[in-house]
Amino acid sequence: MSQATLSIRQISGHAGAAPGENVERDYQVCKLIDTTTCIGCKACEVACLEWNGYTFTDTVFDNSYQTMPETAWNYWNLIKFNEHERADGSITLLMRKDQCMHCADPGCLKACPADGAIVQYTNGIVDFQQQNCIGCGYCVSGCPFDIPKFNPTTKKMFKCTLCVDRVSEGLEPACIKSCPTGCLHFGSKEDMVDLAETRAKQLRENYGIKEAGVYDPAGVGGTGVIYVLHDVNNPEAYGGLPKDPHIPWVVRFWKGPAKWIGNLAMLGGILGVTLHYLRYGPKQVVHDHDLEGEPEQDKNRQDKNNGGRP
Amino acid sequence: MTNGWVDIKNADVMLVMGGNPAENHPCGFKWAIEAKRTRNAKLIVVDPRFTRTAATSDLFCQIRAGADIAFLGGVIRYALENNRIAHEYLVNYTNAAFIVKEGFKLPEDGLYSGFDAGTQTYDRSSWTYDYGDDKGGVVAAPPAASAATKSAGTTLGQAATTPAPLPALPPKVAYDLTLQHPRCVFQLLKQQYSRYTPEMVERITGIPKDQFLKAADLFTSIRKDGDMTKVATIMYAVGWTQHSFGTQIIRTAAMLQLLLGNVGRAGGGVNALRGHSNIQGATDMGGIFDVWPGYLKVPNPTDVDLAAYLKRITPTSSKPEPWDSFNYWSNTPKFAISFLKALYGDAATKENDFAFSYMPKVDRNYSWTQIWDNMYRGTVKGMLAFGMNGVAIGPDSQKNIDALKKADFLVVGEIYPDETSEFWKSPGITPEEMKTINTTVYRLACAGFAEKDGSMTNSARWLQWKNAAVPPPGQCRLDQDIVAQIFLKVRELYQKEGGKFPDPILNLTWGYTNAQHPGLGELLKELNGKALADLTDPKTQVTIKRGQQLPGFAWLKDDGTTSCGNWIYSGSWTEAGNQTLRRGTEDPSGQGIYQNWAWSWPANRRVLYNRASCDPAGKPYDPTRKQVWWNESAQLWQGNDVPDFKPDSNPKDHMGPFIMNPEGIGRIFAPLAAFADGPFPEHYEPIESPVQNVLHPKQQNNPVVKKLKTAMDKYSTMGDEFNVVCTTYRLTEHYHYWTKNNQMNVQLIPEPFIEIPVELAQDLGIKGNDKVKVTSARSFYIAKAFVTKRIRPMMIDGKKVYQIGIPIHQGYRGIQEDAGRDAKTLLNRLTPTVVDPNAYTPEFKGFMVKVEKA
Repeated sequence: MSQATLSIRQISGHAGAAPGENVERDYQVCKLIDTTTCIGCKACEVACLEWNGYTFTDTVFDNSYQTMPETAWNYWNLIKFNEHERADGSITLLMRKDQCMHCADPGCLKACPADGAIVQYTNGIVDFQQQNCIGCGYCVSGCPFDIPKFNPTTKKMFKCTLCVDRVSEGLEPACIKSCPTGCLHFGSKEDMVDLAETRAKQLRENYGIKEAGVYDPAGVGGTGVIYVLHDVNNPEAYGGLPKDPHIPWVVRFWKGPAKWIGNLAMLGGILGVTLHYLRYGPKQVVHDHDLEGEPEQDKNRQDKNNGGRP
Repeated sequence: MTNGWVDIKNADVMLVMGGNPAENHPCGFKWAIEAKRTRNAKLIVVDPRFTRTAATSDLFCQIRAGADIAFLGGVIRYALENNRIAHEYLVNYTNAAFIVKEGFKLPEDGLYSGFDAGTQTYDRSSWTYDYGDDKGGVVAAPPAASAATKSAGTTLGQAATTPAPLPALPPKVAYDLTLQHPRCVFQLLKQQYSRYTPEMVERITGIPKDQFLKAADLFTSIRKDGDMTKVATIMYAVGWTQHSFGTQIIRTAAMLQLLLGNVGRAGGGVNALRGHSNIQGATDMGGIFDVWPGYLKVPNPTDVDLAAYLKRITPTSSKPEPWDSFNYWSNTPKFAISFLKALYGDAATKENDFAFSYMPKVDRNYSWTQIWDNMYRGTVKGMLAFGMNGVAIGPDSQKNIDALKKADFLVVGEIYPDETSEFWKSPGITPEEMKTINTTVYRLACAGFAEKDGSMTNSARWLQWKNAAVPPPGQCRLDQDIVAQIFLKVRELYQKEGGKFPDPILNLTWGYTNAQHPGLGELLKELNGKALADLTDPKTQVTIKRGQQLPGFAWLKDDGTTSCGNWIYSGSWTEAGNQTLRRGTEDPSGQGIYQNWAWSWPANRRVLYNRASCDPAGKPYDPTRKQVWWNESAQLWQGNDVPDFKPDSNPKDHMGPFIMNPEGIGRIFAPLAAFADGPFPEHYEPIESPVQNVLHPKQQNNPVVKKLKTAMDKYSTMGDEFNVVCTTYRLTEHYHYWTKNNQMNVQLIPEPFIEIPVELAQDLGIKGNDKVKVTSARSFYIAKAFVTKRIRPMMIDGKKVYQIGIPIHQGYRGIQEDAGRDAKTLLNRLTPTVVDPNAYTPEFKGFMVKVEKA
């Protein structure tokens, strides 16, 4: 966690439970989205914009209730609407809140070459640090959910922060707070998985929705955002939710074997140089400078909350 | 709502029809979700479109707009056929056992008894009960049973002795608790809906028989095998109201709920979802021409004095002799006189009939469409428009715009420039024509909702006080200040210049601390009422001192010693202070009653008619959801909720739980003047319809519905070019004609659109986002196509029928409109001016259009 604060037991002048009550912030946090109780009201879209200080995007109607085709650098939370024909020929409208999934094994972070541009906190939140971002867009290729978006003005990448600024103060994310039906929940990963499995079981046993299940894909090590779906075998029907997301092999290869091949090559180089030195002695008239960057990195982390704004 | 939003969580089965709560009441709809999550409740949605509410449903039926009575009548028949009814409840708490007077005729030919084709009205004197006693012994008698004829003669005889009396209910009603008498309400009900077979339902509604049967089975499943513990609720909104038979649709729902014993029970009831934060408050406060605040009927010209008025509007009890009836409206004189005292204070005395002569005598229909029609005809010369966008809300916006062109003046109080205040530059008006419009328009900058304090009354009848968040900006004024300042100016003119009848203006009480700025707290205190003399309750010896706020309407008097602006709001601001400000979150019963949260009319009751949640002996039907119960040792009704009943009425006395009806029971048969168009609902086609009325081809429409007659009032006829059924609706992203001025809302749905079935789009060569022109007999509307699978073609009586839907929100003023990116037309240009004969609500849901590529 970037900031340690007291957790709230109760607050004054507030009906119902205190926000963030009983949220164990040292544990993995998780957002649960129950698509079976989503009514597509878009309150989460507006709450996200308002909390994060974004205003008006000039949208165009496109044969759908959906606000825009995909999330944008300044629109991190989007309900995807999909008219879906069931096996029996009847029609339904699937509505899924789309945003960063906060993967346990984040492809964006894997792919990112810029030191400190993407961090994963101990609570599982994957957060972009725009002051370190070089705008290369490699995170896009690393993400199986097509989430990071490029701001052409600042030349930086942006995405949902899981309201890290709220969560670190013991509050729930803005989208969760705004949800009128309680289709959105927030808490520890363990609790949310438990809640999601209970709900999926209820749907299977009491509503005859046989394929109901929890989407928490193992391919990315599980996610900090999980879904209850009516049909867990067909996540693609919910506006392109990948069935079995993985970090692309290119990224894996690059940051995995390729890195070691590179390191080996580098080691070989150093070995060669050493052997060369031993064989031929030092080269004359050369001044060597080492790179030192570690103290800088800590300073940048503290500036995150201001530097991250467009 | 008979119940309330939170109470929906207690339901076992929910029927949403004529409403779209997930989109239009999302915060309330959470309780439907809660019922699903915590009780495994099932949700049935019946709608012309597969809506976002339907997306959370367990069963969806696509219905043809305007076929609702056929569907509900079919469910009634299904419940009767399959014995899915609450027999004990039906016999004891409804008029099922009451015997209807001979001479009453069911509408097998489309008409009830008493129809006068010339005036298009019913003589409703035959729509009443028989005078008499227990007729349980006449089971085998034919319809013209001699015993019944005799007692019918008695009432007729009484009626004949006085000249043209208003027909009244018999004080003693004949009944048959075995429900076998051929003219008892139960048998008539059976007969009436025997025609609404699943096959007939399919022919009228377009819902395939097997789908309909699934829905009927699921809804009535709560009464399987005589079980009384489970409860089903019905939620509806203007999708039911806005028809030329809207009141009767809601009636059918009420009858179904009585039949199943669902009224008065937690998780049950008939629940109107109001579309504005305070529309319930507007209705409660007499926001329509035919009621005073608190639903007191307005005086009419036959009311020569107060006594005549009170006699006409105060019902006398009408019930089987051994039963008891509270007949709470018998207190009408107390409510009416206290209201007059609130208006005229010391100027209202016993000697001057409490200033009854000051009150307008309403001689005819002054409802919404009539106001505009009269302005169009030139008899209404000006308008003060607050809190609404007159030309946008329709029907027939173009007629309303043309009407305003003829007016002398228009005053609009708004926070945004709106279509009404800019009617003179609506699309189609040329600069030349603009010069000829002589209407003076005053646009007054008002305060928005967050800039005012005051209470708002929600669908659940809760009065909730809010504080102003910020003061109104600049020179904006509070609505009540503007109205007060206009009143003071008018009074000043009367003082200076006199006038035809100055008394009602000069004598009006105006005791606010600051006359120019009446505080809404002061107003609510006035509505609650106060003692004008020291009052002592003879039973408890409790005394209310002169000038003190009244604890509730039970204290109201008809002798001028109390004043009360709205009797149902009495109890909202007592000596204990502003009850609407309460925010207690305790809920000891876990039923979501929240007795200490805000204040609910009447008397802080959360579920109306809750006596009916108990069996006749006073024991709750469902011991896990105890609302109220009879405490034998205390000889009192007690409960988690406030009992909606006479607190000391012993169950042995058999007092009916429906205390607002003179019969004390719930009306399956609605007698006499209750409704203009029939004591039972019957299916009629909308005024514009794609098919002939299958039930009775000779009576296509509601027989008492009249069309308007100006040149602007055009209606399509069957078989003409207008062959697609159109319905209108709101989107969750927008709030009426307001939020098109708010960027956050506009980006969510930036443009108007027209929802069109895929098949119709293919027929017409229309693709998604293409411009489409929709034309009705009135006008046309152009917007982008939203080609969707969520509306399917229907087979109506063997004929393929398409339906389309259009959101109402856009117009010619707003962010997108001002940027030139909008259709710039008002949807209500398309809608017909024809209204429900009881509530005067226009028929927006279901009219005929032509669809083509623009």
